[in-house]
Amino acid sequence: MIEVKQLCKKFGEQLSLDNVNLSFKQNESAIIMGQNGAGKTTLIRTILGEYIPSQGTVSINGYDPFKNRQEALQNIGFVPQLPPPIKLSVSELIHYAVVSSGSNKETIFDLCQKLELDVNANLNKLFYKLSGGMKQKLLIAIALAKNPKIFIFDEPTANLDPKGRDIFYSILNDFLEERIMIFISHRIEEVHHIVNRKIEMDLGKVILDEKI
Amino acid sequence: MKRFKNLFLIFSIDIKESLRSKWFLSYSLIFGGIVALFFISGVTESKIQGFSGLSRLLLIFIEICIVILPIFILISTVRTIAADRDSNVLEYLLSFPISLRDYFFGRFLGRLVSVTLPIFGALVLALVWGAAKGVEVPWGIFFYYIGLIFALNVNFLGFSFFISSVVKTQEVALGVAFFLWLALLAFIDILLIGVLSQQFASAELVFSIALSNPLQVFRLGAISLFDPELAVIGPSAYFILDEFGKTFFSIYALLYPIVLGIVFAILGFVAFKNKDLV
Repeated sequence: MIEVKQLCKKFGEQLSLDNVNLSFKQNESAIIMGQNGAGKTTLIRTILGEYIPSQGTVSINGYDPFKNRQEALQNIGFVPQLPPPIKLSVSELIHYAVVSSGSNKETIFDLCQKLELDVNANLNKLFYKLSGGMKQKLLIAIALAKNPKIFIFDEPTANLDPKGRDIFYSILNDFLEERIMIFISHRIEEVHHIVNRKIEMDLGKVILDEKI
Repeated sequence: MKRFKNLFLIFSIDIKESLRSKWFLSYSLIFGGIVALFFISGVTESKIQGFSGLSRLLLIFIEICIVILPIFILISTVRTIAADRDSNVLEYLLSFPISLRDYFFGRFLGRLVSVTLPIFGALVLALVWGAAKGVEVPWGIFFYYIGLIFALNVNFLGFSFFISSVVKTQEVALGVAFFLWLALLAFIDILLIGVLSQQFASAELVFSIALSNPLQVFRLGAISLFDPELAVIGPSAYFILDEFGKTFFSIYALLYPIVLGIVFAILGFVAFKNKDLV
């Protein structure tokens, strides 16, 4: 369960999150929408313990992601919008995920195969030198293999072709039960068969929160 | 050991990342090349001021290290945290359950190994080359010198990680690092010479301030290897030898930079964990 209470985040004089109150329970799949600068990424980064709240609290399964980040993040699988230029080889990145999260290496390989990424042929390649789609598929496989209670996807299919998107969403169906899924996306039509809640943000505030 | 699992994970990926980097390659080539150049140019056979063989080589190597080692360490490591932050690598890597302490100090230890390896490699090359040429190895000087270099590395790496944690962008980190290098290498000395010649402060105070400069401490520690009476530095030698004594100064020259580096690394960590990560 994720509890966000009276959350505010200020950068200098700019208020990026303005008294956000949200609660995500098991079996909820939510899409967070909003224009650029609405506060979506700031909210996700605060949930991940990467931004310190100016005011308010965040709790993940009872753990504060700032004070107990390891316990809190153990429950989360995250896929960023743009794969960062990590200077590790593919095998090193997989090793990082396996050691830090206790993920199963074979599961990562299996998921890569399902996503049509030939991971064995790319093991020694540097991650940042892979194509955008390959990087995204690997990060998706790593997040899913962690088998967490909470998934956070920030535009997860931005670099995938239509076939890749279809495969991703069909794999995701296997992970829906007893989990929380949060999607940040501008395209509700792409996730309408998965999500059961829609949240809209604007200028750091939640302006709409409804079941769909 | 499970407690250190993630620390070791970060440490090992940092070393792998460094070993692949261009800065590490150029760093290794420069230090290895300097040693090779000394042997090829016949520096080890010269007898100027009574030094020859590996003692002569180490003496010149020290002079070079004083100038280039700090700036090399600063430039190659000062962006470690700032670059990860700028490129969103930090956002992704720290979305895994890794403690900030393990991340920060794993990176610190990884960089310490990668900035130390090329210099130790160069010195080992000097030993092997020297042995092949039948040159006598001054073991006492050699090991103490290795200790001094290690202390200088810890010190500047501490400065570097502190700067990297505190500043917001890589460009500012580089600017601050360059200014720090200039200040420690020359500005502080020039200022102190001015203060001393104008008699604004007592000589003891000026000498004490000079001895808080880790680069000056390294220089004096290195000089003391070849000139135990520190005759080449003039009257300030009396202050050092009277206040510290030879043995204590040798220990101070090793420990002070290490302690200072660790203090700055810890301050950097405090800044790192109390700021937004991205």
